[in-house]
This record gives sequence, structure tokens and C-alpha cells, in this order.
Amino acid sequence: MEWETVIGLEIHAQLATQSKIFSGSATAYGAPPNAQANLVDLAYPGVLPVLNAEAVRMAVKFGLAINARVTRRSIFARKNYFYPDLPKGYQISQYELPIVCGGAVDIMLDDGTVKRIDVTRAHLEEDAGKSLHEGLAGMTGVDLNRAGTPLIEIVSEPEMRSAREAVAYMKKIHTLVRYLEICDGNMQEGSFRCDANVSVRQRGAEKLGTRAEIKNLNSFRFVEKAINYEVARQIELLEGGGQVVQETRLYDAERGETRSMRSKEEANDYRYFPDPDLLPVEIDQLYIDTVCASLPELPDQKAQRLRKDYGLSAYDAGVLTASAELADYYETVLEKAASFPDIVISPKLAANTVMGELGGLLNRDGVEISDSRVAPAALTKLLARVADNTISGKMAKDVLEAMWDEGKEADAIIEARGWRQITDESAIEAAIDAVIAANPSQLAQYRSGKDKLFGFFVGQTMKATQGKANPARLNELLKKKLSG
Amino acid sequence: MSALHDKSVAELSAALRARQVSSVEVTQAFLERVTRHQADLNAFISITAEAALAEAAQADARLRSQDAGPLTGVPIAHKDIFCTRGEKTTCGSRMLANFVSPYDATVVERLRAAGVVMLGKTNMDEFAMGSSNETSFFGPVRNPWDVARVPGGSSGGSAVAVAARLAPAATATDTGGSIRQPAALCGVTGLKPTYGRVSRFGMIAFASSLDQGGLITRSAEDAALLLGAMAGFDERDSTSVELPVPDYSGALGQPLKGLKIGVLKEFFDNGLDPAIEQHIRAALDLLHAQGAVIKDVSLPHLPLSVPTYYVVAPAECSSNLARFDGVRYGHRCDKPRDLLDLYQRSRGEGFGAEVKRRIMTGTYVLSAGYYDAFYLKAQRVRQLISNDFERAFHEVDVVIGPTTPTAAFELGAKTSDPVTMYLNDIYTIGANLAGLPAISVPCGLAQGLPTGMQIIGPHFGEERLLNVAHRYQLETDWHRRTPPGFA
Repeated sequence: MEWETVIGLEIHAQLATQSKIFSGSATAYGAPPNAQANLVDLAYPGVLPVLNAEAVRMAVKFGLAINARVTRRSIFARKNYFYPDLPKGYQISQYELPIVCGGAVDIMLDDGTVKRIDVTRAHLEEDAGKSLHEGLAGMTGVDLNRAGTPLIEIVSEPEMRSAREAVAYMKKIHTLVRYLEICDGNMQEGSFRCDANVSVRQRGAEKLGTRAEIKNLNSFRFVEKAINYEVARQIELLEGGGQVVQETRLYDAERGETRSMRSKEEANDYRYFPDPDLLPVEIDQLYIDTVCASLPELPDQKAQRLRKDYGLSAYDAGVLTASAELADYYETVLEKAASFPDIVISPKLAANTVMGELGGLLNRDGVEISDSRVAPAALTKLLARVADNTISGKMAKDVLEAMWDEGKEADAIIEARGWRQITDESAIEAAIDAVIAANPSQLAQYRSGKDKLFGFFVGQTMKATQGKANPARLNELLKKKLSG
Repeated sequence: MSALHDKSVAELSAALRARQVSSVEVTQAFLERVTRHQADLNAFISITAEAALAEAAQADARLRSQDAGPLTGVPIAHKDIFCTRGEKTTCGSRMLANFVSPYDATVVERLRAAGVVMLGKTNMDEFAMGSSNETSFFGPVRNPWDVARVPGGSSGGSAVAVAARLAPAATATDTGGSIRQPAALCGVTGLKPTYGRVSRFGMIAFASSLDQGGLITRSAEDAALLLGAMAGFDERDSTSVELPVPDYSGALGQPLKGLKIGVLKEFFDNGLDPAIEQHIRAALDLLHAQGAVIKDVSLPHLPLSVPTYYVVAPAECSSNLARFDGVRYGHRCDKPRDLLDLYQRSRGEGFGAEVKRRIMTGTYVLSAGYYDAFYLKAQRVRQLISNDFERAFHEVDVVIGPTTPTAAFELGAKTSDPVTMYLNDIYTIGANLAGLPAISVPCGLAQGLPTGMQIIGPHFGEERLLNVAHRYQLETDWHRRTPPGFA
């Protein structure tokens, strides 16, 4: 039987406001427990929530960025349940009238095609606090620093058909909220996380299968693994004649499996109703226009522009615009090329170096592009040396690594190490002659048709020149000489 | 010169500013009465004598240095629903029996800033849920007109404190009649302002969309003085309204000529005590004689106000009271076995029967499958009632009717049947559902017990209400009557 996977995500992005959504407490991460919890956060008798206008602005920004409808009149509702990290006994959220309705984002699939994922809604809500268990001798502690932190919950339609698609969608939203500067995107600190609704159905079936909701996934890798595990579990269950029960599940990263947390029967009846302490959020066209004017160039627009201006492939443009910082870095590298008017630095070479060699070094040392040890201008100088044939593209990799490690300019490294490539034809010819003379049998084989040996001669000549021979020139001369 | 405790706020203000008497003397006089009558009336939950005398001494310093406002040095009592920094705020509940608030409610803060001295915290129905003051964890309050009778509720302590001359005025709150009904039953003046006129910050919530802080005073004149100091926008309460606070005292005297008064047809129903009806009719004649035009108005949906209220208010209360969970403050059960046990026993022990009844009712009406049939329908009816009032105020300036169907009833008379108890608020609930200002003024005695006339106005029509009440009180002396033995 052939199964189809159906996935919808509920992404929680913590909004990057200075203070909480309904109180004046700071939202900074990492403060000592309860240092950022005032009487409103502690739900003291008599206190009242007051909406943070900045959180509204950020949600509207998000709505406009995904071409959604910004609701002119949205309502805060109370979601009632008891838990020690929920001081009021209810969470203030939005239920029937969320601030953002509809909208969509495009994701690129592994085969390079583009798929549109629709967003059902996005609403504002407050985060809960945290229960602490460690070092409390069997007791539970409650830290309310996070209680009241503003979140935007972004709910997708169940339109993703694989874990890879779900990850691509989540990455796209991640990119977007960082472009918009409404969320720091820090997944380790929980600023960006998701719940995944996963079900399977027979291919061709219209009706959705029973879903399980996997809670609180806070890395792209976990999202992929958890969904894949869950899909396999559900298929195995169904093929074994069993049934999937609607329930909430937790992903255990250590064991790589999902586990039941509570079933639908045990689920809370949240008794949502409009919060009488807060007025409806009224948004007019002027406000929307003002926020719209403040939107930065968005990832898709930027990628489009990079393709058009620099002739990049869709893939390259997609990778380079994954973060605004990366795209900025790339564009700065190209801008600096203006200081080398006689040299043409190809945008493709720049893209390859930024994504490839530089990307490798960033990864190796766990450094963000904004903290790169090689500044864009320094990279431009290196690329200029490739373009003017001072060094080969291959050598550039070693030069870049030395620049990264030693903090020196490309020219200084090339000079100090004598890495300037040989373009002088007579020197290359001399080296070729010596290699041919030393390998008569290979020469004979080559000439009798064993073309593959060309590579052998290239290698030997490169070795003889310590890798400094200009590869294009070398190929050209070698071909001539070998054919006699 | 009358005794200190028999002076109104206005008279005390004048005497203090003329330095005829000091705030410490006034405060001592009232504290002495508060203490003397605590055993027979039980009007207070906390008597904050020490702090009161210190505040009075400060007020006297301000009075001496000519740095005083009209309320500087005037002692009043606060309903124990308003948070008061450093003092117990119990809300009449075991749940908060030992709760000391770390902050002042906006109402308390503003009155403090105006120089008012706090005598103590008045008794009330638990979490303001009740119409007889019998649900208080601290015991019932007794009506000074007849100590076998209830003072009404939930602001029974505040009403009794003013009626028995234990305080010249007291703050109170009104969710379904909790200011006006006890004011009527105790023969004092009770003002519930427009929803949003007075900040709810620091006022422990019962039903957020209905709760409104107000006053119990001896006269409309005193209410005008105090409301001016209490009212106004508060950035800590999103539902408070950003409108300037008018000069309520300045508007008191305007003549009633041409005033259009609507007589609420639905209020003169079968349940109304004929003696009360007689008093209201007499009052209308008196207002008519002053130039007011009287006409009948009908609010067809008003009879639905009690069932509507008993869906909306419990729904909000069930959620508002969820924070009392034994985790951060308030009553916590002894040695909880686990989390569920902590919740169940802390709340089970901390709340009284009426509060539990309303939490359960509210939980029920908000539950999946019942929400539409109860909560949503109630909201729709609430809108209809609101529309009825709005239509009426196109025709008339104020509407008048009785505050309660009967005078004070005996303790225990209605405790066994909550619905009978709820019906005592039948005339007052409409103003809460529509968010309108309303005032109850004493308008007679029925078998020796006070009766109240209710005047309801359009949104932010407090000036007019106080004006009508004041003109009425200039012509009558019902509001000056003192319960026998408390003069």
C-alpha cells in the first residue's frame, strides 16, 4: 500500500520586543529565575494586562510579509487551564479573530521546484513560564521570566508532504522572521520552535488520517527526525491493522522517538472566551501602510534580484538569501570589486567562494557570517587575485584558510608563501618536458589511445611546479606536447 | 455644632481646612466608633488604626502648611477588595485571609494622593459574590437599622460603615448591584460610575466586564467630591476610558427644569414592595415639582438581565479566580501529595460555597458544547439590553426606578435558595450589563427600614446623576436619617 504523509506546522516565534506582551518586564534571556517577573507576570490579585504595541507592529509586519490579510479588529481570548507555570490559570491568546489571516510562503523542494505553502493564520499570545526540577530535592520550582514573553504562533495548512518539506517551510519562516527583525531565531534558547501535526493516508484518499501532534521541536534536525519517526510509526500501526489515536506526543531526542504525552480524551477543554481585560486590537489602513513602508527587502525579492543582477542560479540565490546577513556579505564582496576596475570578478565565483570555502570555515568554527574573520573587502581582494591569475582557484582555498587563521590579507599570504602561480609559458613548458622525459612508457600508452593518462601528466606537472602552474595554461601546453 | 462622626465629607473638609479640628481628632473619633461597633455590626475586616493615625498626622502637617486639597485629612474606609500596600487585602475570603498586598490599587493610590486617611478595610461578600454579606469568610455584616437583618451586599461593610457613622464615606464596587443594593438597604447614597470611569487596577476582579469601583457616601454631594479624586484614565487598566474628569461638585446645583425623566415600566412589576413603589412615586412628584418632565419608558429586554448576568458573571469569575491556586500566594493546603491535590485542596478549602457555585456555573457555561447556548447567547442578550437603554436615552436624560424590590431581609432568609437571593439584584443588574452609571439614594422608610431610589444615566452621565440626586437631597432628609442608636 502506498502512503501519503500530511504535515501541518504550528510555529512559535518569540517576538523581539524589549518588554513582555502584557507587562513592562524585560524579556532578556538568561536572567536568574524570576528576576524578570513583576506583579502582572506573577498574576497578583487585582493586576491587569496592558498590550505592548510593539508586539502588534511585529505581527502586522509578519502578516504583510506573507501577503496575508491583517485583521482590522482582532480579539484576545483566554485559554483556561491549570499549570504552575501559568500564573493566571489562563493564557492570553487569540482564538476566533487572530491578527493575521491567510498568506503563504514559497519553499524550494529538493528537485528544485517551488511549492507554495499556505498559512492559515498567525496570532499573538503570551508564553508560559518554566517548571524547574533540577537541584530542588524532589520539589518543583517555577521560573516566570519567560511568562508573558510575546509569541506569534504561525499555523500552516496541512500542505507539506514530507519531513524535508516541513523543514524547508520552517527554515523559510525562520529566514523571514529574521529578515523582518521580529524574532532572533535562536532555537537553542527556544525563541523559534514548532509543533508538528502529522498524519498519513492512502495515496489518493481525500480524507485526512488521524493526526498526532508532536510538541515543542526546537531544531530543524529534530523536526525532520521526529516526523520521519512518527510517519513510520503510524504506517506500521496502520499496516498492522491498528489505528492512530489523536494525541499529543513528545519527541525524545536521545532515543530518536516520539512518545505519547496525552490523548484527546485527556485533553483540556480550554474554555476560550474573549478576554474582558483587553480591548479589541483595532488596526486601520494608515497603520498598515506605515508598517508596509518599513518592510525590508524580503528573501524572495532579494533572491529574484540576485538572479537578475548577477545571473545566479535559483539554488545559489536561495542559499545566499537564507539570511539577510549572508546576502549582505555577498553583495558587499561584489561592491568592493569596484576598487579593481581592470579585473572582472565573476559573481558566480564570488557566490561559490562565499557558499563553499567561506561557508566551510564558518561551519568549522561555528561562527556566524556577521562575525566572519575574513571581511568582505578582504575576500574581494582574494577573488581579484584569482581573476587576474595570480593564483589558481584551487590555491584560493588554501589562501582563504590562511587568511582566516592568521588574519592577514591575501597578497601578504601569497607573497610570503610563494604561492603566486606560474603563467610564464617557458617555465611550464620546461616542467612538462621534464615530466614527459621521465615517463616514456606512459607517454607511449597515452599516444596509443589511453586518454585517461592525461590526468596523470597534469598531476605530475603540477607536482613539479608545487601546484603553482596556471591550470588552463598547463592543460593547453600539455595537450600540445603529448600529441607530439 | 454636630458631633464629628455626624459630619459629611464636605463638612469635614471645611472644618479641617478652617483648622477647627485636626485630622488626627477626626480620625480618632471615627476609629473609636469603628472599634466600638465591630462586635455588633462586623463592618470591618481590618482596622488600620496605627497607619490611619500616622496618615492623619501627615495630613495635619499638610493642612498646617497650606498644602492641602479638599480631601486632605478626611478619613474613609476601603472595601477589602481594593489592594492596599502593606495591609491585608482579603476580599472576604479564606483564600486571601493572610494576603498582604505589595501595591496600592489605583483608587487607593489616588485617594491617598488626595490626602485621604484610611480607617480600615470593610467587610464584604466573598470575592464580591453575594447580595447579603453572608458569604464573607469573616462573618456576616449586620444592618444597623435592624441587626437581625442583612445590610445587602456585596459592599455590605462599606454601606454599614457609612450608615452607622463609622466612616463618613467608603469605597465600594458594583458588579451586579453591589454598591446600590446595600446602599438602598442601609439608607445611604451609593454611586456606581460608568464602566471605564474608575480604574479597576488593584481591584480584585470578580467579573471584569461588569466590575466598577465606586462610592458609598451620605450624600450625592460627598460622592461628587470623592469621585473627582478617584476617576480618570489609568494606563494600567486598558478598559479605563481616556476622557477628562468633569467638575462633579460644580455641576451639583444646576436646576432640574426641563430634565426628562423616564420611569422604567419594567421596574414596577409584581415583585416590588408597594411601600417602595409609593416612595418612588412620591420622589418623582417631587422632581416633577422642580420642573422635571416625567414620562414612561420601556426596556423590553430588561427582565432578561438576571439570567444573562448569571451566565456572564460566573463565566468571567471562573477564569478570574483561577489564579488562586495555592502556588504563589494565598491559602495553600497542608502537605499536598501532588499537584492535583495542591490545587483541589487549596481551592476547596480556600473558597466558600457561593464562590464555588459560581466557578462551577461559569466553567459549565464556557465548556465545549455549551458555550454557544449559554455564553454567546447571554452576550447577545446583553447587547439587546444595552440597545434598549440606548434607545431610552434618546428620549430621556435619566431613568428612575427602585433600587431593590424589598427592604432589608432577615439574616438567613435567602441563604438556602440562591435564585431568590439573585433576584434581589433584578433592578440593578441592567446598568452593569450596559456599563451605565447609576446611583441609589435613600427615598423613604418602609416599616422602619430604608428604601432606595435608583437613577440611571447614559455613559459618562455622572454629572447629571449627581445633580438630580443632589437636588432631591436638598428637598428631602431621608439621607440624613440615622439608624436608631447610631446618631
